[in-house]
Amino acid sequence: MNPVISVRGLRKSYGALEAVRGIDLDVDPRQIFAFLGPNGAGKTTTVEILEGYRERTSGEVSVLDADPGRADREWRQRIGVVLQESRMHPELTVRESLELFAGYYRAPRDVDDTVVLVGLTEKADDRVGRLSGGQQRRLDVALALIGDPELLFLDEPTTGFDPSARRRAWEVIANLRDLGKTIFLTTHYMEEAQELADQVAIIAGGEIVAQGTPRDLSARNGRVSRISFRLPAGMGASDLPAGLAAGTTAGSSDELQIQAADPVRALNDLTGWALERGVKLGGLEVRQPSLEDVYLELTRLTEESAS
Amino acid sequence: MSGASLALHQFRFDQKTFWRNPASVFFTVAFPVMFLVIFDLVFGSDERLEGLGVDVSTYYVPAIITLAVISATFQNLAMSVTIDREFGILKRGRGTPLPDWVFFAGRIGNSLVVSVLMLVLLAAIGRIAYGVSIPWDRAPAVLVTLGVGAAAFCCLGLALTGFIPSQDAAAPITNISIFPLYFLSGVFIPESEIPSGVLHVADAFPVRHFFEAFFTAWVGGGSAGGFEWVHLGVVAAWGIAGFLIGMRFFRWTPQAVG
Repeated sequence: MNPVISVRGLRKSYGALEAVRGIDLDVDPRQIFAFLGPNGAGKTTTVEILEGYRERTSGEVSVLDADPGRADREWRQRIGVVLQESRMHPELTVRESLELFAGYYRAPRDVDDTVVLVGLTEKADDRVGRLSGGQQRRLDVALALIGDPELLFLDEPTTGFDPSARRRAWEVIANLRDLGKTIFLTTHYMEEAQELADQVAIIAGGEIVAQGTPRDLSARNGRVSRISFRLPAGMGASDLPAGLAAGTTAGSSDELQIQAADPVRALNDLTGWALERGVKLGGLEVRQPSLEDVYLELTRLTEESAS
Repeated sequence: MSGASLALHQFRFDQKTFWRNPASVFFTVAFPVMFLVIFDLVFGSDERLEGLGVDVSTYYVPAIITLAVISATFQNLAMSVTIDREFGILKRGRGTPLPDWVFFAGRIGNSLVVSVLMLVLLAAIGRIAYGVSIPWDRAPAVLVTLGVGAAAFCCLGLALTGFIPSQDAAAPITNISIFPLYFLSGVFIPESEIPSGVLHVADAFPVRHFFEAFFTAWVGGGSAGGFEWVHLGVVAAWGIAGFLIGMRFFRWTPQAVG
């Protein structure tokens, strides 16, 4: 199968500033592809080039087998776009907004079904101006879906959502993949990528610094599990057995942390020691490295090398 | 949908947004009616205006229709299209298969329909409240003049959006560019009261020419049938200039930063 999106050596400069510095991307059909990066990393610039809103400086870009910089209306029949910031006519109702957009497409989805899909059934006949921020965002998603696109761009779709609204949005997005859509999702919420994405690319300083499945990225070379615990008052890292003391660092407040490539052995050593000595280990916890850890480390490295 | 039915589809929704927006209805519909009533109260008398051969009531009907048409086209488009651009509505529309010309057709169609409604409304008020007769025999001149003026001021309003940097600037820039011309061109103050030097200044701008053409079409007295071809030509030239400037400077994406 051809990739839905294929990017080679993409560059974009604004005057002397090079916002995107030669990136490669491949997005396969029926995938959720998460594009992560801090603000100002080149995320929105890249997405807007893929959506056909911006011209690139150089490089090759193919989206649904067309160059988005030269794409026509036929191509627009096949994509849906949720912009990072956009409002809708506050005077129209939710249903009217969808009817307006449905008229732009050759084979639109059913308006009522789409209202249900994004969970706005109760609000279908309310004016857009009366919706909450989260509800307006769901309308944005509905408007992007109304043309029944093959490929959907979602630029930070859950920014400003409360946790339960975010959960519901994730369900909607996961359902879309099940409908056979390809989804290009930009976000700066790591849980969002971890929860939804089949593939992840992290952009920092205009370059892709890591790419792969969330699992691959979390288990990158050198990544280790973290064991954290507290010792009773008066005891410190120096009281631990020699093999453990070396790998122990002070965490937040009075917490100690052990970075362990082999967490089973380290935990065995630690708990064996504690039982033998009758030492109480408070707040004992073992954590797998998360996508967030990888992300923070990579973006920190980029910022350091830039300054 | 074919191009024409798509334009009609767009127009229907543009009508909904227009009539449901209290600000657009107030400024475009209620304002001109208010002006007509107030000016008649303040300046109205049975005396004929010097050199014009009409009384004050008769003078203000075509004057306020001129104002209403410019308000429904130039002012309405400059403000609403700028605000929609800053909301990201135009940018979102460009992400769909909607052809650009359909977007413009819907908005311009809305302005034209509102212009014709205002013509009917103000003519009826003039007839009923002030006994100003409706020039049925010059209807072709009235409609052609209104059409040329409305089209030209639509182009100028859309062109102006390219020079309005933000949502907050939309109303001040639009109003400052048009209100002085209403005063200078005899729309607010009968031109018999305006020094001729001022009228010469107004002659450099389209409001005066549109008003001259519409005044003759309404009260008669010019060439046969009420057509003022020279004035209409100047208005059309302004419209074409607006069209060309608009083609060059119109923006689809929000311009204000942050």
